[in-house]
Amino acid sequence: MSADTKSAPEAGHGHGHDHGHDQAHDDHGHHDPKWYSPARWLFSTNHKDIGTLYLLFALGAGTVGMIFSGIMRVELAEPGLQLFNGTAFGGFFGNPENYNVITTMHGLIMIFFMVMPALIGGFGNWFVPLMIGAPDMAMPRMNNISFWLLPVSFTLLILSMFVPGPPGANGFGGGWVLYPPLSSHDANPGLAMDLVIFSLHVAGISSILGAINFIVTILNMRAPGMTLHKMPLFAWSVLVTAFLLVLALPVLAGALTMLLTDRNFGSKFFEPAGGGDPIMFQHLFWFFGHPEVYIMILPGFGIISHVISTFSKKPVFGYLGMAYAMVSIGVIGFIVWAHHMYTVGMNVNLKAYFVAATMVIAVPTGIKIFSWIATMWGGSIEFKVPMLWAIGFIFLFTVGGVTGVVLANAGVDHALHDTYYVVAHFHYVLSLGAVFTLFCGWYYWFEKMWGVKYNGFLGGLHFWFMFVGSNMVFFPQHFLGLNGMPRRYVDYTPAFREWHHWSTIGYYVVLVGMAFFFVGLIEAMVRRRKAEANPWGEGATTLEWTLSSPPPFHQYNDLPRVR
Amino acid sequence: MTPKARLTAFILTGGAVGMLGLSFAAEPLYSTFCRITGFGGTTQVATAPSRKVLDQTVRIRFDANVDEGLPITFKPVEPYIDVKVGETVMSFYEVTNTSEGQIKAMASYNVAPDKAGKYFNKVECFCFKEKIFQPGKTEKLPVIFYVSADMADDPLARDVKGITLSYTYYFAGEVQASARLEDASAVN
Repeated sequence: MSADTKSAPEAGHGHGHDHGHDQAHDDHGHHDPKWYSPARWLFSTNHKDIGTLYLLFALGAGTVGMIFSGIMRVELAEPGLQLFNGTAFGGFFGNPENYNVITTMHGLIMIFFMVMPALIGGFGNWFVPLMIGAPDMAMPRMNNISFWLLPVSFTLLILSMFVPGPPGANGFGGGWVLYPPLSSHDANPGLAMDLVIFSLHVAGISSILGAINFIVTILNMRAPGMTLHKMPLFAWSVLVTAFLLVLALPVLAGALTMLLTDRNFGSKFFEPAGGGDPIMFQHLFWFFGHPEVYIMILPGFGIISHVISTFSKKPVFGYLGMAYAMVSIGVIGFIVWAHHMYTVGMNVNLKAYFVAATMVIAVPTGIKIFSWIATMWGGSIEFKVPMLWAIGFIFLFTVGGVTGVVLANAGVDHALHDTYYVVAHFHYVLSLGAVFTLFCGWYYWFEKMWGVKYNGFLGGLHFWFMFVGSNMVFFPQHFLGLNGMPRRYVDYTPAFREWHHWSTIGYYVVLVGMAFFFVGLIEAMVRRRKAEANPWGEGATTLEWTLSSPPPFHQYNDLPRVR
Repeated sequence: MTPKARLTAFILTGGAVGMLGLSFAAEPLYSTFCRITGFGGTTQVATAPSRKVLDQTVRIRFDANVDEGLPITFKPVEPYIDVKVGETVMSFYEVTNTSEGQIKAMASYNVAPDKAGKYFNKVECFCFKEKIFQPGKTEKLPVIFYVSADMADDPLARDVKGITLSYTYYFAGEVQASARLEDASAVN
């Protein structure tokens, strides 16, 4: 990294980056399309525009997912049925079965339509080409189809909630893991499950195409002199993530196709009646599902590295170790999947293997955490808004990592499997981990992307309300889980009331935080304070800061040279 | 796009398609793996009776289940038998079709505990064979098996004192439907 950090500003300096913009016009004799032209967005092949589309899409889908989690928290605020009782709001929420549809949709939306599009599609498209000094992605038109498949997929998923699923009800409520027999024809004969399958097929194709595009871009289009070992860590994180996507998603597609043929064409892959085995679905699903959780967090790791380094005004500690820690997390991520299914009745030796392999992941993850802390150590730290999110992330992700090591133990997991302890664990690493990295990146690159400044006070309020609120939502859920509160239940014994109540109050605090996010967005849109090319000063050393804010529509007509 | 970039794209597409193929290959691989290791209580299929018999007994319990809505009764003739480890024995299940029409059904099986699956050898079994049961008739179905003497040498399975052999009969479709068709045509 050190070589990169020294050379990057020089690289931009020598080439008159700001004039690249005008040259583009002179060379090609056309003008930037207007922002309100539908053709600019529908037919876009520009990585920055497609990145913007991904971010806006994730914002919309995230709002839907957030509303769904609110419905769950309101329902669980008290024992008994608050919303799903057939009478509340004129019976709008219907019977308790619909609660499970809401949990399922919350999970699928947040994973496939919020975190992945925002981190990979959004920030990946925006900043991978900028950081590696490439004019655009390798396959710009494929980039366009990658994005536009997503709204189609999202529509199919939302549609599934309004068509018949199990007898007498709409939608699919079997959880985001889609296990048969709940997802098989016997339990869910309606069209709902088929729509969910199609939706995930389309989302999967979108992600695979996007991932291939990233790998081809990163491996072939780096600026002259930028070797892999000089490449910024965010580009590394997207590279590893893209490999995980290419290898894991086809397995999900295979499992879903088998489910589809089981449901509609009489195959018996997962049906014991014909010699099939529903456990095989779990194996296939988690062979995809475990790399998937790293797919959601690795790009965030990349963002955090840049932010910590920028605001400590030091190159990141142990650059190569950081890069290869991500590679090894990706590799080990493929051989630990059965720790999600300790309770299916597997051999004790097999469990011992998966326990050990799972715990090994704590090693590269620990390398990353300690390297971030070492980067801050002795640095000249500025607590700007992105840095608040980054430090908040390190703390919360560590909490989630510790409960992860607890759950890795097969013996402990038998007691905690499918309880709120698991819910608390994965929300600490995702809702408080991945989402914090997302907002971290959002504030870090806000001026670069939109060309205007945000209000730091509102950004700070957003952070503090989110930090306090999301801890209030999820910390009590550890206690609920340890006391035996199971996942995916609409009702509970009054013994659990206290912590559930705190959890729901925490949700309202998060809601206030998100209100500050939107107020901050509107404030920046209205005030339109002109952004600087590099608002962060000497700590920000990667190539995107050598360009204007926002960057020219086409950048790097003369490729930057990295020494 | 440079030829090198094109090659990268092709390799990656191949990788994705390959993984899709592997996910389908999981099906035969999974069943092979279970058959070889006895994973998840998969029993062994033997062609010849056992040679080595030990002076140690295990209790074999027989369990019978019928899928919801299948009009047959299905039960073991004996609830359990005590057998010597290595001894080849025969036992029977009884199936009665309680409906008016023919029924096509198929049984799946399993043993518990899972770790005993590797040592439970079936010489003759009615599982995974579609069978047609005539209305009102009772049939006796034999199962011939032995518990391999190797079990006594396995430190993980040495403590097994009892093994439950469980069968579940499932509806196997069609014949009943066509039988009903024949009935209908008979009325006409």
